[in-house]
Amino acid sequence: MYGYYLDLALRSLRRNKVLTALMVLTIALGIGTSMTTLTVMHVLSGDPIPQKSAQLFRVRMNVFPDDRFRAGDDVPDNLARRDAEALLHDTRGDRQVAMSAGSMAVTPVQGDPQWVQARYTGAGFFPMFDVPLRYGHAWGPDDDANRARVAVISSALNEQLFGGKDSVGQTLKVGDQGLRIVGVLGEWDMNPRFYDLSNGQFGDSEDVFMPLSTAEDMKLSASGNMWCWGNSNDMQAADAPCLWLQYWVQLDTPAKVSAYRQYLGNYIALQQQAGRFHHSGQADLRDVMQWLDFKGVVPSDVRLQMWLALGFLGICLLNTVGLLLAKFLRRSGELGVRRALGASRRAIFLQCLIEAGVVGLVGGVFGLALAGLGMLLVRHQPTDYAAFIHMDLRMLLGTFVLALTSSLLAGLLPAWRAMQVAPAAAIKSN
Amino acid sequence: MELRPILSTLRRHKTTAWLLILEIALTCAIVCNAVFLIGQRLQRMDLPSGIAEHELVQIQLGHVGKNVDAKAQTEADLAALRQIAGVRQVAVANQLPFSFGSDSNGSLMLDPRQQQKTAQVAEFMGGPGLLPTLGAQLVAGRDFQPGEYVDFDAAVQALHDGDARGLPQEIILTRGLAKRLWPGQDALGKTVYFGNNLPFRVIGVVASLARPKQLEQGVQYSTVLPISMTAADGSSYILRTSPQERGAVLKAAVAKLKQLDPNRVVLVKRTYDAARREYFADDRAMAGILVGVIVALLTVTALGIVGLASFWVGQRRRTIGVRRALGATRGDILRYFQTENFLLASFGIALGMVLAYGLNLFLMLHYELPRLPGIYLPVGALVLWGIGQLAVLGPALRASNVPPVVATRSV
Repeated sequence: MYGYYLDLALRSLRRNKVLTALMVLTIALGIGTSMTTLTVMHVLSGDPIPQKSAQLFRVRMNVFPDDRFRAGDDVPDNLARRDAEALLHDTRGDRQVAMSAGSMAVTPVQGDPQWVQARYTGAGFFPMFDVPLRYGHAWGPDDDANRARVAVISSALNEQLFGGKDSVGQTLKVGDQGLRIVGVLGEWDMNPRFYDLSNGQFGDSEDVFMPLSTAEDMKLSASGNMWCWGNSNDMQAADAPCLWLQYWVQLDTPAKVSAYRQYLGNYIALQQQAGRFHHSGQADLRDVMQWLDFKGVVPSDVRLQMWLALGFLGICLLNTVGLLLAKFLRRSGELGVRRALGASRRAIFLQCLIEAGVVGLVGGVFGLALAGLGMLLVRHQPTDYAAFIHMDLRMLLGTFVLALTSSLLAGLLPAWRAMQVAPAAAIKSN
Repeated sequence: MELRPILSTLRRHKTTAWLLILEIALTCAIVCNAVFLIGQRLQRMDLPSGIAEHELVQIQLGHVGKNVDAKAQTEADLAALRQIAGVRQVAVANQLPFSFGSDSNGSLMLDPRQQQKTAQVAEFMGGPGLLPTLGAQLVAGRDFQPGEYVDFDAAVQALHDGDARGLPQEIILTRGLAKRLWPGQDALGKTVYFGNNLPFRVIGVVASLARPKQLEQGVQYSTVLPISMTAADGSSYILRTSPQERGAVLKAAVAKLKQLDPNRVVLVKRTYDAARREYFADDRAMAGILVGVIVALLTVTALGIVGLASFWVGQRRRTIGVRRALGATRGDILRYFQTENFLLASFGIALGMVLAYGLNLFLMLHYELPRLPGIYLPVGALVLWGIGQLAVLGPALRASNVPPVVATRSV
């Protein structure tokens, strides 16, 4: 039966090629644009670390002095060094790390020095964020404590400086000082770069990772947001009134999460008792996806583009509804004959829907091609996320689901009208 | 032209007519708002910076290891850069209008006891010659005098020690900021406060100097402080030349700086035009996408009209034949379909105006857009009418060519 309907549908579509082409083109345009923008949304709002995103938490506190505190102000994103060090010292999480972005000049054995992005962090960083290492290993907690001159470098930098060979044990020349390379990263792309969104939300990993304590020791400059409320001639000093460190903690169970919230409350209470401030203070704990949502990682332009594309798809569908309606009603005579020969209304309805579905599927194929073209255009946009936009299997299947559902939806009304053709009248008017 | 027969025909094709009306309405709503969004982006890209944009190039250096005497080195660099053929002026600047990179901002207050800041302002710093090099125009007061400059390191130290005398005392504001702080008054001689009650006296006003980023805080809310920066503080060398010589000057300057001290990395080398282009690249891209959306929408709608009109013409061949046989001219038939389309478009446009305003309200709520100006509606209406008429012309001409003899033939 369905085979027969399919055959009828194909015949009917072939009969009026211009109209069919018009419908396919409209659906393809709508699907192509929608899928392009939906894919961008999908990539941008994706989970960068799905296996752990519910166990990693960004820690934020408002422990401003009284003259800076205003109830209702946002909790600042970063911690001051004294608070970060106090939390690190207490080690209440399964893992924890305080860190900052930085930049420095490294000098290769031959050639000009080059400027690289760095991350000053702790030993906990690598196991916490599941960072893969190609060669060597991460540094240990002792190295943090001893301000050891060690570094882990990216595979890109390893490629540039050492031709991709195992460089563990080699020295990375930073200015007139040296860092011993203990590890080389494997492929590691965190996009969006959730652990520190203040230095470009999308992009490659940093090139040099080294202990925060060592970076302080070597007086390397930090980058990112530096927010100071008092005066200090060294903004990175232990007692500086400046917020600049990102703090993350890993808490494996919900019980540990609530215990940690309790602990942060206690920490603030202790600071109050010590006379640091009199206001109530604020602590805030968010897991990866909550954090990304809170920081609004998906640009508002992308949302706007998605709504535009969906609106466009809506108009394309309206168009298709109109064309299908015209097509089916034009065939009233034929449908009347079929009804008179015993086809039920349901059969006519199904037959029309199948015709709509065929249009949708063909439109989906062309739409996919258009989406591929759209993806190419997106990747040429001057945005930092451009390079990371790609279509995965889910979006590929999604294209056909969207094409089929929307064409079937568009077919509903015309099919409904077609099945109500009165056989007698239709035959007579012919 | 009699409207009644057209209306009664449409009434018999209610569903199809409504579909077309709805399609035109949605297109009208989206196109009006998209054109408006494009206008907003173009306006943003066109914001005046207040500087001699086409005459400036920027070079920023990163230092390898410790710097021995940044101040002396910067002065030597500046002297060498001045020697380059084509260079008119040279200065150090911590930031430029509308450009990515680090920027410096401060909370400005009118009264030291104030709880809330009056404005979040950009702080331009550099050293002697900054304003003339940038080409910022003084409209009142004067530029800083050589004795008024304080070195950046000394200023930071003074801040730390709480020694107000080690800090500069003067400030230059933009006219936009002065108007915001003291509407209708002369800004010269007035005092503003930064952070922990640090007073600055206004000695000059520049016509315009846009801030680097955070435009939502007030594009023109910028200040200039007499603080001397060095290339080691993350500041840039700004060279002013003629528009034609920018490329050559940039190349020569980079070579010269490398030659003076090879132990440096060039972080940024670009013309100011390039910096500005990069800053507004997102807006340009978005405007391009919106143009694409508009073209696609209008095309799809036009194709829809062509499709439906063709169908109607095919369906009414006999009626047309009868009318022709009864004496209707070709022109009558042509006008019939044109009028029908005009009526449908008009209904669609009327509905579309309401939708356009609704959509605009939604955008105002979620994207901080201003209200859609009234002028967009009649223009949008004209465009849609025009497209409708163009789309229907083909099918209508075909209809007018139906011979009267069709009436007598049985199909």
